[in-house]
Amino acid sequence: MNKEHLYKYILGIADNSLILGQRLGELCGHGPNLETDIAGTNISLDLFGQSRSYYQYAAKLIGNGATEDSIAMLRNEREYINVLLVEQPNTDFAYTMARQFLFDVYHLLMLQELQKSHDVTLAAIANKSIKEVSYHLRFSSDWVKRLGDGTEESHQKMQDAIDGLWTYTDELFHQTDADKAMVAEGAGVDVKELKDSYYSKVTKVLAEATLETPESKWFQKGGKNGVHTEHLGYLLSDLQYMQRTFPNMEW
Amino acid sequence: MSEEQIKDLEEQFEARIARDEKIEPKDWMPEKYRKTHIRQMSQHAHSEVVGMLPEGNWITRAPSLRRKVALLAKIQDEAGHGLYLYSACETLGISRDELYDQLHSGKAKYSSIFNYPTITWADMGAIGWLVDGAAIINQVPLCNTSFGPYARAMVRVCKEESFHQRQGYEIMIKLMQGTPEQKEMAQDALNRWWWPSLMMLGPIDAESVHTEQSMKWKLKRKSNDELRQQFIDQTVPQAELIGLTIPDPDLKWNDEKGCYDFGAIDWDEFWQVVKGHGPCNKERMNARVGAWERGEWVRDAAVAYAEKKANKNINKAV
Repeated sequence: MNKEHLYKYILGIADNSLILGQRLGELCGHGPNLETDIAGTNISLDLFGQSRSYYQYAAKLIGNGATEDSIAMLRNEREYINVLLVEQPNTDFAYTMARQFLFDVYHLLMLQELQKSHDVTLAAIANKSIKEVSYHLRFSSDWVKRLGDGTEESHQKMQDAIDGLWTYTDELFHQTDADKAMVAEGAGVDVKELKDSYYSKVTKVLAEATLETPESKWFQKGGKNGVHTEHLGYLLSDLQYMQRTFPNMEW
Repeated sequence: MSEEQIKDLEEQFEARIARDEKIEPKDWMPEKYRKTHIRQMSQHAHSEVVGMLPEGNWITRAPSLRRKVALLAKIQDEAGHGLYLYSACETLGISRDELYDQLHSGKAKYSSIFNYPTITWADMGAIGWLVDGAAIINQVPLCNTSFGPYARAMVRVCKEESFHQRQGYEIMIKLMQGTPEQKEMAQDALNRWWWPSLMMLGPIDAESVHTEQSMKWKLKRKSNDELRQQFIDQTVPQAELIGLTIPDPDLKWNDEKGCYDFGAIDWDEFWQVVKGHGPCNKERMNARVGAWERGEWVRDAAVAYAEKKANKNINKAV
């Protein structure tokens, strides 16, 4: 197996969890009530936990003194290859839940395939993560429904959030060269194959939530090639602050 | 009920407490007992919830993924403590919304220590080590307090707090094993958090208005000054062990008394912070009130959705 491709492939998955975990972490202590605060922190914790497993694997793979932290915190912005969806800001609770939901549906589908990977480490991490992500999806779907079918105000806010984030959904199914190579090796997930199932699952929940599925066909892409929205730089300056300010220290 | 009957009940009640029996929510209790417990337990719950904020500052900036996860988990524990302390409070006939109102209006207090800023990573170590350390000293005796729900909640809270305290100390150990910059960061954090931690154990006994009654109800088992002495005696050797200096030139072991003598505490600072004029009182309240107000439409939606669901189920049943 081409090591470079495998490394890139791992980062593609890990960066999604890291960046979304970081976004949710910003909200700790600021949720609409204690219960949702705890649940949000829980999801953030799961995502960081998953990203650590992936980065540890990636660090072992490239050696050369790399660690989970050096990979997670010391790359330049153009080297992060998470999808644009997960870096979008916590505009309000509707956006936070819509972002979570639109990612969770994809995440679960992807992990269900990844657990069949010929790469035993990836398969094992996927297997462990499925239980967690099933809960994330249940939680975010419930909130999409609650807000969509709650009050007039919450319905409008949820619809705005879905409309606003819709443009970032198509990128989930783009393939980089590393993705293609990993699919050919039987180690990676062919995300193109997940697309129909994704949109049908999303549409079903939106319908239940009395929300419209956006019809726009204008999509944004670039995250998987390291071309991000303006939001990521700010997120990274927090994430990397300590490692950049105090290089080569143990914490 | 006649005065005599009430007096009778009160006597029986005090006798139960003296026999170390637990008082449960549905048992008869004097109004003052109920009010005192609502005040203390809600103050404790508010402290847990407001206490999430100074540490929450560092979630996005934690220096490693391991530390980030541990910090998140710790703050989540605090939210959990808040949750079951509020629930324990609700057994006394007050709602969580009322308790929040009291916090947001400034009527209810929370621990003053959380009005200090967290400005470096070492503050995460200092808070765990000192603030949680002081909290444990305050709270362990409460595992045997007379009100059942509070005592049971405290057993769990103390277990988790003791884990947090070790985690905080471990952050300090790691810093003290590190570079000169890291050591300086650790010492600076101790310098800033030491005195507020001593104040956290409450005003001196002579000025503590609730102590006597609380002692009787086992809501307090040691005086503030005794707790403070215990905290100092326990913490000084921990500081010395890792090469930190306690920022008190008058600190000295007293062989005769078998404990440390320590310098004067700046009580003016304490009262300034208690009265709402500490470095971050406004920020903490704005954060809490802001989160509550921003969340209103979310909570309303959840209620509306639950009602619609319930109606649908009723219609189906009909």
